[in-house]
Amino acid sequence: MAIRERLSGNEAVAYAIKQINPDVMPAFPITPSTEIPQYVANYIANGEIDTEFIHVESEHSAMSAAIGACAAGARTVTATSSCGMALMWEELYVAASDRLPVVLALVNRALTGPININADHSDSMGARDAGWIQIYAESNQEVYDNFLQAYPIAEHKDVHLPVMICQDGFITSHGVENIMLVEDDKAKAFVGEYCPEHYLLNAKEPMAVGPYAVSNYYMETKRAQRQAMLNAKRVILDVAKKYEEMTGRKYGFFEEYRMEDAEYAVVIIGSAAGTCKAAVDHIRETTGKKVGLVKIRVFRPFPEEELAKVLKNLKAAAVLDRSEMFSATSGPLGAEVRAALYSAKAEIELVNYFYGLGGRDITVGDFEKIFDNLEEIAQTHEIRDMYAYIGLREGDCHGNSL
Amino acid sequence: MKDTVEIRWHGRGGQGAKTAALLLADVAFKTGKYVQGFPEYGPERMGAPITAYNRISKNPITVHSNIYEPDYVVVVDDGLLDCTDVTAGLKKGGAVIVNTQRSKSEIEAKLPNWNGKVITVNAREISEDALGKYFPNSPMLAAAVAISGVMAPEVFLKEMQASFEHKFAKKPEVVAGNMKALKMTLKAIA
Amino acid sequence: MKSTDINERSPWQDITEGNQIYEPATSRNFCTGEWRTSTPVFIEEKCKQCLLCAPVCPDSSIPVCEGKRGEFDYDHCKGCGICAKVCPFGAIEMKEGK
Repeated sequence: MAIRERLSGNEAVAYAIKQINPDVMPAFPITPSTEIPQYVANYIANGEIDTEFIHVESEHSAMSAAIGACAAGARTVTATSSCGMALMWEELYVAASDRLPVVLALVNRALTGPININADHSDSMGARDAGWIQIYAESNQEVYDNFLQAYPIAEHKDVHLPVMICQDGFITSHGVENIMLVEDDKAKAFVGEYCPEHYLLNAKEPMAVGPYAVSNYYMETKRAQRQAMLNAKRVILDVAKKYEEMTGRKYGFFEEYRMEDAEYAVVIIGSAAGTCKAAVDHIRETTGKKVGLVKIRVFRPFPEEELAKVLKNLKAAAVLDRSEMFSATSGPLGAEVRAALYSAKAEIELVNYFYGLGGRDITVGDFEKIFDNLEEIAQTHEIRDMYAYIGLREGDCHGNSL
Repeated sequence: MKDTVEIRWHGRGGQGAKTAALLLADVAFKTGKYVQGFPEYGPERMGAPITAYNRISKNPITVHSNIYEPDYVVVVDDGLLDCTDVTAGLKKGGAVIVNTQRSKSEIEAKLPNWNGKVITVNAREISEDALGKYFPNSPMLAAAVAISGVMAPEVFLKEMQASFEHKFAKKPEVVAGNMKALKMTLKAIA
Repeated sequence: MKSTDINERSPWQDITEGNQIYEPATSRNFCTGEWRTSTPVFIEEKCKQCLLCAPVCPDSSIPVCEGKRGEFDYDHCKGCGICAKVCPFGAIEMKEGK
């Protein structure tokens, strides 16, 4: 029987780490992810797990140590947020290109400046091109479930890529909610033992990791890295299927919420999807309008074709980004979704709104306004604000807020 | 209890409003409910006004926003009434529960925008009597449970007994005092 | 996959993951001596076997055996001239060309 519990998102991740008992955890504290290494250090001090905790002097060192440990053949985990991830930047690329299955528990927090400790996705979205698999969660349950699936994906022989398991800072990381935990023995059996084919500490096979590659090799190496990302799509679904067999909880690249007959949809990542679900239910119950939600779980690799298939026959959709990328056009998710729809030759009305930057709250009422707006756009075929900000204070001049 | 009860806590950094919200989530969870307990986070500063929230429901909860129209408001420090609009959005038919040593009419006078129910709890008196020290958490938790009706008082006391025994395994002498504080509060409100 | 099986005509499918190399000392296979434009010449009769030259060689091209240096490894010597500069006895002279 699964274990009924109530945990914060950080507790849930730490609990998953305890169940997995990885070999090495180098970590440096930063709000709001600090509790994860704290809890793990407690487990170690209490003798519940025998993970080697490395106290490093910075996140740059944390990721460097993670790379070293993983290359040596150890199952490795670390955790960070925001500026901590920014300091890991260089090493994120090294872990991915060296094809090391490190798992990073990322608690999403806005990047400075202005300095801010609350949730948005600017940290992980900035790292979206680093070559890491990125999996996002709506709730504590999802971040726990995603974490248990991380190593089987990362360590699969057709993948060998690092995985970032993301959750929204404070909103899920520090909020206590109900959760169903997998029993220890089942969790351990699901994740399995890490038995790398090649590793630095294998005295029988001296090897080199991360050699210099001149132009004659670099591009071929990158193409092979792309293949790993492509392969990851199949592996992510296979692992999700096995997880569903064990827990009954179904996961894919994204969740379709009341999309069967939907005419209008919001596309979103993370904890606000739950708030949007309440809006979808309320609108359907009170007005009968056909609204739905697509919640992106896997952002890297990006499920381009699969997503376009779900969206292309809608009347209108709003893609919501929880980070700016200052292209002076769309946000990161907006750009991906638009590209996907273009490839599918879809002609739906599409807007891209920004919300929740630096922890700005988004409510059920905000989502109801967004759906109203989509309906108006579908009727008039006029888009007034392609890139509006949700909940922004606006002066008298014409601007982009809803 | 209705399907979902939403509670907003107002306190000051270091007073334990967040802990009280988490304790309420805890005890409601043990009675089979779906719960959320979360603080509104900013830089942590001792004495600064802070807000924490509870959603308690018979059904799974998906909403992840703060609570703007609570069913109940708990104020752990009556000094907040001078600087925070604690009853903002409070639902008609709801109630505000204030920890204070002042009279109910004095508190009502400080809530000009609220015509509904006001409950005062002298958590200091109760806590000092039961525990010999001022910990407003236990009395305010008991008051929140009693007024919101999220569970029956006897179920609450049973769960809290177990919870305190677990929490204070290393100092069992404080269990009885805390239980006494809960019982005194329930009696004072009834 | 042996490193010798991978070359500049290898398709991307044949490149190892992350360019990992699953064998030691593959630098031996790379004859950097081909880069040489001037060449050190060992004049054995002037050599006192002080061995100052061997550790400064960036390419480990001065083999030392039983406390005595031997002839240059011209497969890997790039002709940098550091050994000639450091020799106190004029026992290494640089000449133009290979």
